[in-house]
Amino acid sequence: MSDTDAEEAWRASPEYAAWREKYDAAKVRDTPFETMSGVPVEPVYGPGPYPGQYPYTRGVYPTMYRSRLWTMRMFAGFGTAEDTNARFKDILRNGGTGLSTAFDMPTLMGRDSDSSWALGEVGRAGVAIDTLADMEDLFADIDLSGVSTSMTINGPAAIILAMYVAVAEKNGIGTDQLAGTIQNDIFKEYQAQKEYIYPPRPSVRVVTDMIQYTSAEMPRFHPVSISGYHIREAGSTAAQELAFTLANGFAYVEAATAAGVDVDEFAGRLSFFFNSHSDFFEEIGKFRAARRIWARWMKERYGATNERSMLCRFHTQTAGVSLTAQQPEINIARVAIQALAGALGGTQSLHTDSFDEALALPTEKAARIALRTQQIVAHETGVANVADPLGGSDYVEWMTDEMERQAEAIFAHLDDIGDGSILEGVYAGIENGYFVGEIADSAYRFEREVNNGNRIVVGVNEFTDGDEGQGDILRIEAEVEEYQRKRLADVKLARNDDDVARTLTAVTAAAADSTVNVMPSILDAVKAYATLEEIAMAMESVFGTYVEKAII
Amino acid sequence: MSDEQQIRVVLAKLGLDGHDRGIKVVARILRDAGMEVIYLGLRQTTDSIVAAAEQEDADAIGLSMHNAGHMTLAPAMVKALAKAELNTPVIVGGIVPDQDVQPLLDDGVAVVLGPGASAEEVAQAVRDAVANAN
Repeated sequence: MSDTDAEEAWRASPEYAAWREKYDAAKVRDTPFETMSGVPVEPVYGPGPYPGQYPYTRGVYPTMYRSRLWTMRMFAGFGTAEDTNARFKDILRNGGTGLSTAFDMPTLMGRDSDSSWALGEVGRAGVAIDTLADMEDLFADIDLSGVSTSMTINGPAAIILAMYVAVAEKNGIGTDQLAGTIQNDIFKEYQAQKEYIYPPRPSVRVVTDMIQYTSAEMPRFHPVSISGYHIREAGSTAAQELAFTLANGFAYVEAATAAGVDVDEFAGRLSFFFNSHSDFFEEIGKFRAARRIWARWMKERYGATNERSMLCRFHTQTAGVSLTAQQPEINIARVAIQALAGALGGTQSLHTDSFDEALALPTEKAARIALRTQQIVAHETGVANVADPLGGSDYVEWMTDEMERQAEAIFAHLDDIGDGSILEGVYAGIENGYFVGEIADSAYRFEREVNNGNRIVVGVNEFTDGDEGQGDILRIEAEVEEYQRKRLADVKLARNDDDVARTLTAVTAAAADSTVNVMPSILDAVKAYATLEEIAMAMESVFGTYVEKAII
Repeated sequence: MSDEQQIRVVLAKLGLDGHDRGIKVVARILRDAGMEVIYLGLRQTTDSIVAAAEQEDADAIGLSMHNAGHMTLAPAMVKALAKAELNTPVIVGGIVPDQDVQPLLDDGVAVVLGPGASAEEVAQAVRDAVANAN
């Protein structure tokens, strides 16, 4: 068959006609879809299934970036709630509608700023939140019904979500109007990021409570963002990132359906978060495989019937771990290539890392260059004109199949050790050290290859001339810690201690009764200005703590 | 028996920072270099590390820091060891900006290893730190 014949064949297919109908009915951006030399280009090429058609290998929407470019969501947070609030207002004034919040380490671990564990960490890697008063400052004078808020927190996610709801209620905004995402992916904490508080099973019970709560009260809110990013950063391969992440997704689906929530009631509000590393075609194959696997499993294994439940919609961040401290400026090139892979892989949103992040949080200049990098990919390269432009390439299709094959082998293992349940398989893999062991093995193999020179990292083990040492880096001042401790002491003085004690007792009682949803009692405690740590500990008294076995 | 000279290294993550990719790789590098590695794991305190160093008769302590807490936590570790009358050298690895290296050395940290240190450099730094402490 000649190329012209092949093109005639796919253009004549019923799949193409069905796709074309949807495409023609959709609204597209007001911009010429042609090359910089003026050649008009089609929205998609090659055989189906097409974007927006099951199993969505070629993209989740029929028009992809022709309707809307990916969201350029840059993650930020620093210092006090007031500092971050000023930054949020700046974003909104400049036309942004999405806020993304980074919390500091003590907050992520359920510790208050006055805890001995918090020493040296308050406000350093994100914003410090101790009580509802801080959350009120964080979102002061912001109309929460008009923004979408992303909150990157896991262990104490239920408490932070309750604070967000409480702020909205105080401002007269109904929970049904709140839009956003809370990361709340506890499985990957045991596997990679290690920001857990309780053991896996009670933690998953809280996640399930949150899925139920948001299904009933917050239909516009995404209760879990299933994240492979941290798994990859911890050292996994691309296929392990893909498989562990989707397996975690299946596990949440099994947990929520076991608690009585219908799969189509919540699965459409699950979203994903992947890493984009430097091996270009492997990454693109991974993204394509993710969509296909999720759709198939949701339909065939979990009986989803709503199309939205089958869509693997994901955020992408470039690989922080690929950034080198040596010759840091060359990281700009790495980030550009990784961002391009994310776009060609069909991501819904993208964060590009700053070139100086191997050393510290980014400076303003470095963060701006990172944003400009993805703007170049979006507006200058033309890749947004055509959906899945690499689909149909023998190599890309083979790589997609290979990623899927490797992932399926891992699912089969988890299904096996879980006696036919992925949820039990994930628990077993956490308990027996499978995930951390696999990740550590992959990380060590990579280091050996770099160390013996079999793998070249530019500027590190080859091409090392020209390193001028480190330029400016961002410093967070220690005053934030003092300010935040004083703020917490003031709140504790002003609150009603009887209300705090009563509501904390209720949190403990709810935690002890697995037939009760913990969210309402947490909401009451938050409104009484109980602290993050007090509420976390009220549950810990029932749930216990998790201590990872120290395995090398 | 060569085991008598085998260097014993206690590795730990001090504080809340959960980034453990680096310290696990270092643990394997040192083990491959013939040392005995005692990895304490995450969320250790200066007290728990001092106790382990005493109990394990450690020749060196390795801390991995990725969360900008090194200027607070590493000197606290050195002080806690001094208080327990131990002269075990403290080696810090991870994300430490160049300008922080000298202040850490002034505060009694034996060696600071930055990103990109080779396996040989890591093992040699531990051997040197142990030799200098004795």
